[in-house]
Amino acid sequence: MLDTAAHDRLPAAPGVGYKPQHFAQITAEPGSVKWLEIHAENYMGDGGRPIAQLRHLSERFAMSVHGVGLSIGGEGALDADHLARLKHLVGWLNPASFSEHLAWSTHDSHFYNDLLPLPYTDTSLQRICDHIDELQDTIGRRMLLENPSSYLAFAESTWSEPEFLAEISRRTGCGLLLDVNNVFVSATNLDFSPQGYIDAFPLDKVGEIHLGGHDEDEDDHGRPLLIDSHGREVVDPVWALLDYTLAKSGPKPVLIEWDNDVPDWPVLEAEAARAATALERVPA
Amino acid sequence: MSVTQTEFTRAMMDAGQPVPDGLIDHQAQPAGRRFSVYRNNVAVSLTDAMHSAFPVIAKLLGKQNMDGLAGIYLRQHPPSSPLMMFYGEHFPAFLEGMQQLKHLGYLGDVARLELALRRAYHAADAAPITPDALGALPPDQLMNTWLTLAPAVQVICSPWPVHAIWRFNTEDGAPKPEPQAQDVLVTRPEFDPIPQALPLGGALWIRALMKGATIGEALEQAAAADETFDLGATLALLLQGHAITGLDSKG
Repeated sequence: MLDTAAHDRLPAAPGVGYKPQHFAQITAEPGSVKWLEIHAENYMGDGGRPIAQLRHLSERFAMSVHGVGLSIGGEGALDADHLARLKHLVGWLNPASFSEHLAWSTHDSHFYNDLLPLPYTDTSLQRICDHIDELQDTIGRRMLLENPSSYLAFAESTWSEPEFLAEISRRTGCGLLLDVNNVFVSATNLDFSPQGYIDAFPLDKVGEIHLGGHDEDEDDHGRPLLIDSHGREVVDPVWALLDYTLAKSGPKPVLIEWDNDVPDWPVLEAEAARAATALERVPA
Repeated sequence: MSVTQTEFTRAMMDAGQPVPDGLIDHQAQPAGRRFSVYRNNVAVSLTDAMHSAFPVIAKLLGKQNMDGLAGIYLRQHPPSSPLMMFYGEHFPAFLEGMQQLKHLGYLGDVARLELALRRAYHAADAAPITPDALGALPPDQLMNTWLTLAPAVQVICSPWPVHAIWRFNTEDGAPKPEPQAQDVLVTRPEFDPIPQALPLGGALWIRALMKGATIGEALEQAAAADETFDLGATLALLLQGHAITGLDSKG
């Protein structure tokens, strides 16, 4: 018998980003995978197969809804239509978690389908907190906010990223989603210590951890430039950073993100199994 | 030095623009190539979206031409909402407006068909009536009946063999398109949308139903336009496509 009550929070166990091509195997051979995450915007149609699959999966797994299109860091007002769509989705699905990004993607009513960076200033802080208050009031629940991958910085920034996120959490009551691969990518690109970032991060506010693969490139000066691509396995230094994080935070829900060049199910499940091993090493 | 989102997006969408001052690397040097990551991400993700939205157009044009057209399209028509499943609504008219594509006049209607299939895929679910429910009506009453059609149902009228072109590029061994006008019905019997060529007058009849005509009123319009209109064949296509979701007979 299904225990639906157990689906009201994400377990401190591995999850994966759901891809429709894995639908049959996920239910037949879930292996280490205990929960699933979907991109909210892919389930905002009126019906058909996507919604039917989501209904089916949500009976079996705890679900996380991860928004990629609200543009919380946008200079303009939040899109009221999109807020209403999020409210509708979160309302009928009643997922264990809802998360979005410290980024913007919409400007002047154009949506750019990417997570764009913003300066960390008192002005942007106030705007983001206002947007998160509006979102949390609209959907009637607490959200998690995710740290970005950075390829550049803003000269005008006056806050460090961990302090900025901690302050947003303090002011709005939102939780945080810690993407350990993003920390590694940003630390390489902007030359800071990834462990130092984790040390400064308010780990008690973390409701979920993300892991994903990245690509390697170079900047104008031949220095490494890592790109958050979600198109391959998680690299060893990122697994090591996960261990470092979990040792300090205790067990957390850990998600494998693989959005491009999506592999066969056994490859993705093997990544989840590796996350399960990392979680087993952590004292509860 | 603050960088506004207007400045950021302008430089992101036009590689001829300088990278905004105030975007830096970790040594406070200008960001340079690092900014190209965003230029590239946006162009690649929207180009990929166009390829998955219009696979037949991409096949007809070839990858390189499709990439080039998508690059122009995404700058003229960036998405207006985060629902990428519906991106590309202006693509049919865009294709028809391209001078160098004038000799491929059918592209616009093929793109309309691909859009219709995607909309049908995401359309609301609706339970179909059984053929028996329609068959049980006496002929007089049948003519005085309104039909409710499923939200997935769409009709495309074209002076080109748009259904045959679509089939030829998606089905192994499909016949080569013959030059003829074709109207297409899109239905979604379960989860997968199906396009079918309509008999003459069929599109007119279905569109009349959608505007609130009874079966008989719509029949008069269709028969006036084309005396060979085959009501039975058109009705059968709707029933097979699970496209009729309600019946309402006059008094």
